[in-house]
Amino acid sequence: MADASLAAGVRLTRTPTPRSRFEAGVKIALISASLVSVLTTVCIVGSLLFETLSFFGEVPVSDFLFGTKWSPTFAGEQASFGVLPLLWGTLYLSLIALLVAIPLGLLCAIYLSEYAKPRVRKTIKPILEILAGVPTIVFGYFALTFFTPNILQDFLHLKVDLFNALAAGIIMGFMILPTIASVAEDAMSAVPQSLREGAYGLGASKLQVSLRVVFPAALSGIVAAIVLGVSRAVGETMIVLLAAGAVANNALNPSEPHQSLAAFIGATAGGDAPTGSIEYKTIFAVGMLLFVITLIMNLISIRFVRKYRQVYE
Amino acid sequence: MSATSEAIQAAPTSRRAKDTAFRLALMACLGVSILLLGVLLYDVVRDGVGHLDWHFITSFTSISADKAGAQAAIWGTIWLMGICAIFIVPVGVATAIYLEEYADNERWYNRLIEVNIQNLAAVPSIVYGILGLAFLVRGPLSLGNTVLAGGLTLGLLVLPVVIISGREAIRAVPPSIREGSMALGATQWQTIWRQVLPASIPGIATGVILALSRAIGETAPLIVVGAATVIAFNPEGLDSPFTALPIQIFSWIQRASNDINDYRPLAAAAILLLMIMLILMNSVAIWLRNRYEQKW
Repeated sequence: MADASLAAGVRLTRTPTPRSRFEAGVKIALISASLVSVLTTVCIVGSLLFETLSFFGEVPVSDFLFGTKWSPTFAGEQASFGVLPLLWGTLYLSLIALLVAIPLGLLCAIYLSEYAKPRVRKTIKPILEILAGVPTIVFGYFALTFFTPNILQDFLHLKVDLFNALAAGIIMGFMILPTIASVAEDAMSAVPQSLREGAYGLGASKLQVSLRVVFPAALSGIVAAIVLGVSRAVGETMIVLLAAGAVANNALNPSEPHQSLAAFIGATAGGDAPTGSIEYKTIFAVGMLLFVITLIMNLISIRFVRKYRQVYE
Repeated sequence: MSATSEAIQAAPTSRRAKDTAFRLALMACLGVSILLLGVLLYDVVRDGVGHLDWHFITSFTSISADKAGAQAAIWGTIWLMGICAIFIVPVGVATAIYLEEYADNERWYNRLIEVNIQNLAAVPSIVYGILGLAFLVRGPLSLGNTVLAGGLTLGLLVLPVVIISGREAIRAVPPSIREGSMALGATQWQTIWRQVLPASIPGIATGVILALSRAIGETAPLIVVGAATVIAFNPEGLDSPFTALPIQIFSWIQRASNDINDYRPLAAAAILLLMIMLILMNSVAIWLRNRYEQKW
């Protein structure tokens, strides 16, 4: 595009014609359209920051970040704003999801990238895309009305509550599985064929090539896939809101209800919290925490993706 | 002598056994994932197919589960998708054109726009709901709990999808097309408008449909911007209160557990409707991609 800007520079030294004025106008219109996305970020940060600061005017920062009791909707003295139970719920649910999604997702990726014939890959990838396209409220419905009562309680005879972290976490794992599988598969497919051929030439088996050559070579892309999966699990609202209950919980027991940061926002914002009330401000403070956590993960993920692109492309 | 030849034979067999076991493990993992999708679809169809009829599509929601339908939700979703599309197509395509055809990648502000879009694509949807609540529903724009605020919130949410796929479609048009056009005396914009855009429309349309199919299933942001759960009329204008299919599903699931009426089959029927719309949209996208994909 250097030629184009050079041409524009030359044109500026002449008297503007209607045609050149039109071209300049188009460019300005295009730039303003692309500023919409920048403005979106500015507005997200601005709205979160504004109400969060006002929240911290009423609740000390240390009470929020290190308090162990979360009951913001209680009246007067009973209200407590310790966010740790929500943070724990978020991490705990994500952890359960990852225990499902990392092994399944990565093995699916190895199969698709190294083992599957082109025809098999062509049929299986759309199926994974359908799984990725299922709205999360459908997963929530499935976890609450089928997975908990039919699988966990009747089939496996586990003593779990109707709302429990286990079902929500496992189903969330299947939600993020296609993300992890497809990003990891991209990374593995990007490993140059010469590495595989070199290993085969030295007498390695397909298993050894997959696990000891391709997997390590694609590691930065695989890490990016996992981090992206974590970030989706952390931000997921509907599955947790429907299947994990609405109780902020410090416990380690996955058969009990747990609540996450996102699910709290969903549960509280659904009611009509009046602007300026402490309840309204709480939504923004929790949202800010969620935004910061996912932002950090996204930046890490982008960095890792860039790393593997630099090596092989 | 015999011992060595045995050793030589033994090693490949155990290796082959390991290889086969690993291959089976891989296929089992894939099988589990596909099985879950199958069970999920089976469960929803079993619960909901009995309720999915003309009455369900043409009736409004009701206290009585037998009489309830999803008409307001269906029309709400159609309005939301319309507003969303009108917003994301011009803004998304213009951004994609700017970044591919005009922006100089060496400039810090262009790189900032790029990184920003990558980040926005991964911001949790509920945070967009908060943005909608603070800026569109209340605050500066004060649109209220209207279908316009809901549609714009969803539009902001899926805008990065349109931009990213639009850029890919534009990048796929070979430079020779541009050079040919410019050599005949066309300006940069004439080249883009008459050569590059027509060639990349299938790719752009695919991206737009995929973006809409993500927006149609989003529930969390609509909850936050205040979609109504019980509503007995269709949206009549941009400033109308609204509900949508995912919101209706959510409200029916939540009501199911504590009522004499069983709302769960209604939720399942609405999920079926949503999934049918999604599959139709995706089929159109796949068809577009296959029908008009050009190999240069």
